[in-house]
Amino acid sequence: MMGRWTKRLVAAAACAPALASADRYNLQTPQSIIAHQIYDLHTLIFVICCVIFVVVFGVMFYAIIMHRKAAGHKAQQFHENTTIEIAWTIVPFLILIGMAYPATKTIIAMKDTSNPDLTIKATGYQWKWGYDYLQEGISFYSSLATPRDQLDGNAPKGVNYLLEVDNPVVVPVGKKVRIITTANDVIHAWWVPALGVKQDAIPGFVRDSWFKADKAGTYRGQCAELCGKDHGYMPIVVEAVEPAKYEAWVKDRQEKMAKVAVADAPGKIWTLDELKARGEKVYAQHCVACHQPTGLGTPPVFPALSGSKVVTGLKEVQIDTVLGGVVKDGKQTAMMPFKQLSDVEIAAVITYTRNSWSNKTGDAILPDEVKALRK
Amino acid sequence: MYAAHAHDQAHGDHAHSPGGIMRWITTTNHKDIGTLYLWFSFTMLMVGGVLAIGIRAELFQPGLQFWRPEFFNELTTMHGLIMVFGAIMPAFVGFANWQIPMMIGAPDMAFARMNNWSFWLLPPAACLLVGSFFVPGGATAAGWTLYAPLSTQMGPGMDLAIFALHIMGASSIMGAINIITTILNMRAPGMDLMKMPLFVWTWLITAYLLIAVMPVLAGAVTMVLTDRHFGTNFFNAAGGGDPVLFQHIFWFFGHPEVYIMILPAFGIISQVIPAFARKPLFGYASMVYALASIAILSFIVWAHHMFTVGMPAAGQLFFMFATMLIAVPTGVKVFNWIATMWKGSMTFEAPMLFACGFIFVFSMGGFTGLMLAIPPVDIQVQDTYYVVAHFHYVLVAGSLFAIFAGAYFWIPKWTGHMYDETLGKWHFWLSLIFFNITFFPMHFLGLAGMPRRIPDYALQFADFNMVASFGGFGFGLTQLIFLAAVIKCIRGGEKAPDKPWEGADTLEWTLPSPPPYHSFETPPVVK
Amino acid sequence: MVNQAQLNLLTLRKLLIVAAAMFGFGYALVPFYQKICEVTGVNNVIKADEVANTQIDVARFVTIEFDSNLRSHLPWTFRPLQTNVRVHPGELTTVSYEIRNNSARTVTGQAIPSYGPQVAGRYFRKLDCFCFTQQTLQPGEVRQMPVAFVVDQGLPGDVNTITLSYTFFEVEGTAKQAGG
Repeated sequence: MMGRWTKRLVAAAACAPALASADRYNLQTPQSIIAHQIYDLHTLIFVICCVIFVVVFGVMFYAIIMHRKAAGHKAQQFHENTTIEIAWTIVPFLILIGMAYPATKTIIAMKDTSNPDLTIKATGYQWKWGYDYLQEGISFYSSLATPRDQLDGNAPKGVNYLLEVDNPVVVPVGKKVRIITTANDVIHAWWVPALGVKQDAIPGFVRDSWFKADKAGTYRGQCAELCGKDHGYMPIVVEAVEPAKYEAWVKDRQEKMAKVAVADAPGKIWTLDELKARGEKVYAQHCVACHQPTGLGTPPVFPALSGSKVVTGLKEVQIDTVLGGVVKDGKQTAMMPFKQLSDVEIAAVITYTRNSWSNKTGDAILPDEVKALRK
Repeated sequence: MYAAHAHDQAHGDHAHSPGGIMRWITTTNHKDIGTLYLWFSFTMLMVGGVLAIGIRAELFQPGLQFWRPEFFNELTTMHGLIMVFGAIMPAFVGFANWQIPMMIGAPDMAFARMNNWSFWLLPPAACLLVGSFFVPGGATAAGWTLYAPLSTQMGPGMDLAIFALHIMGASSIMGAINIITTILNMRAPGMDLMKMPLFVWTWLITAYLLIAVMPVLAGAVTMVLTDRHFGTNFFNAAGGGDPVLFQHIFWFFGHPEVYIMILPAFGIISQVIPAFARKPLFGYASMVYALASIAILSFIVWAHHMFTVGMPAAGQLFFMFATMLIAVPTGVKVFNWIATMWKGSMTFEAPMLFACGFIFVFSMGGFTGLMLAIPPVDIQVQDTYYVVAHFHYVLVAGSLFAIFAGAYFWIPKWTGHMYDETLGKWHFWLSLIFFNITFFPMHFLGLAGMPRRIPDYALQFADFNMVASFGGFGFGLTQLIFLAAVIKCIRGGEKAPDKPWEGADTLEWTLPSPPPYHSFETPPVVK
Repeated sequence: MVNQAQLNLLTLRKLLIVAAAMFGFGYALVPFYQKICEVTGVNNVIKADEVANTQIDVARFVTIEFDSNLRSHLPWTFRPLQTNVRVHPGELTTVSYEIRNNSARTVTGQAIPSYGPQVAGRYFRKLDCFCFTQQTLQPGEVRQMPVAFVVDQGLPGDVNTITLSYTFFEVEGTAKQAGG
């Protein structure tokens, strides 16, 4: 036990220099105009508070030391002084106005989402983010990429433990990016500290916020509104790149999406291996968090798929389960419906589960079979 | 607290009152009920503390050690609910029951039987809350703020929590009505409102706040309940509702609730400091006005809890200015306390130590509160450990330290024995040190970007979390010293004089220690 | 002493009325909030707006972006047929969205509009919209639906881009028939 701990501590210490610095005691190094303003505002108010603190508690500790009975001090019986009472009402008031003025300017700047160079919609799901580049037509999901082994302590934790995703948001440096947030199920919040953006994502409504990255780099954040079980496991990663590189990325993404569209086109004849390969990707995106890469799940809440009666039994039953979720005693269980996936995706992932781990059914489920069972 | 003495008195004064457990169940005596409230609150403090230790154990190092993430969320949620509704609020009601009649020269509370009901509603509510851990799906894990639509997604544990809140709300409202009626109608002759001890003033205002906002909370959780089971759509966008509406209603309750938990603390501190400075309270009238303005302002600042929901700039500005305004009367109170200490003749027994600790550490919570009032900074640190640090500075170093100050201050009166000063001093210094070890590093964690309510965290947060966990375990254990001091004091100890504190001057100190079971049956005359 | 008890009961009654009134106030916050949102344009209601002034401000352009969302349980595809348009304030514009029912059952949905920035909701006048009524789709049916709108000239000068976002929800009841 101690050995494992020591190893982890050493690992933590080894990556410490990379992470250490002022960031540990203060706001993260600001990387956008708004983040700079927030940083300066925080510093200003911090300094004012420290000065007040020293003055007020200087007086208190002076009294505590000098006006003790043990020091022979006799109590004086005064109990009011109108002048001083008015003074200590007015002076804090003036100090507050001094703080509010720069804050007001920043608030107005933060709310100015006009004239963006690009608009990205971030949709919160339990528990991953979905992104849509509205004008470019790019869409993808972004889920935690940290392997399960690291969470459970069976593998050493990487430098970006819990702050890494499979598909980061890519944005051009120096361009105004407008983020529109919404959510699919409960309230989430899209937060990247270094860019000075935090915006709740509310189901059924859109909200907007913006940032402009000062320089190229990878900026990491997390969901900042309790959204259920895996609230701590839906990070946000923004990669700011040079505009030319961004253009290339957009083109690449668009081509890939077109390919998937062609690949999933209705009428395509699928082989078992093709379905399995496609299904593995779907599984990694939507199923792995609960049912685990090993297919063993974490019973009793998340049952194993490997050796499961549903997965090795009648395929219609499994298709129904994936489409409709599992309802027990009139209550939705953790197995949510996955109707939002396409016929191809569902067929592929079911094929994958029926032919992985200890499951060897040899079944290939075709998209049309899924379509037929949609209610 | 102090069965031993009260029991003897009961035989003397009340020949027909039942003995044993039935005496406590049927009692209508304000001192008995005060005792019940205080023990109940201490029990819940221990339960909430155990949950807190569960949280800190999981966060001791990165990775998942002890709990599943969903159970971790249950721990944080129930820690919040139990500490707020089970520990802090009932503790202050316990003080009110013991002290208000004795401080205003009344024989008992206005509605003695209702007083009994308002206490005995609490244990069933606590059982519902704690019992919800054992229903399928576990306790509610939606955070103590119960934000919809996450709370509409929860299992039956959520329903139990809603019923518990209903019952506790009813109890608080009954208690508040009792307190207001007692204060308004039953003061001794000559005790004008502006002659009342400040503790009584703080409770008068707190009780009005309770009556104003507990029903709003009841309404909010009822809406969640009907959304869950009866097909209403208050917070469901699909049916024309709005999830953000829940936050508005909740915080309309929630912000005054914060002051419900701190105003009586201000009252206790305002009794303790003059007593140990041997000097009258500085600026009594301005203290009362400051209290009233804090209470009124508390109704127009709620949305500063929700700067990130995306309200218009005008809304952010309004709530920023209103919130900053609260710093003025709060500042006035701190200045008045320090002016009371100034040129006094101070001694530092346990109540005074806790009072000084309160002013010092609570003010730090006040400064971080000011920081959080500024929307741009708030947006950066909202829902991070910075907020966790802030509200523990005001609720632990604020409310809880004041409760300890009050307990040591009045326990000689209640039991007739002096407490063990050495234990009291150890309790204070260890509490102060461990409190800061636990919560000070959380400021750094929040600034550096650690979200709250997560069971596992990135590696750069590891050191401070480990420090905070050590501090948390220490703080928890330290509270056992308090239990030891209290039990020792009930069992015996040096006989307490009627007025053990040289500078104390309120009416309860004119009674013997312990006071007779029925005190001030003939009202005293206040000059 | 009778007087004292009567006085106490009077106070009790008054305070109980206050408590009951505050319970009601909690519920009164619901319509009050909706009204505030309507007035400030945070959430626009789903009914047709009237357009009083149709003068076109040709000197100014506003970019309107279109967005679509589906709640996960709805087995549809839903997309705008254009990603964005540039319009003059005051100009009547019609765009289209397309929905397709991918399932083998009849499904009814209701769309809720939302605007970014929120303030734009006040100046975004919809004359015709598929969100005014529920949409019922037969299995496999595809429907193109128009939105006709005018951006009011009163739109604050610093707003040059508006995102119009619709979220389709399944209408309660049709889901139950399907048995989840």
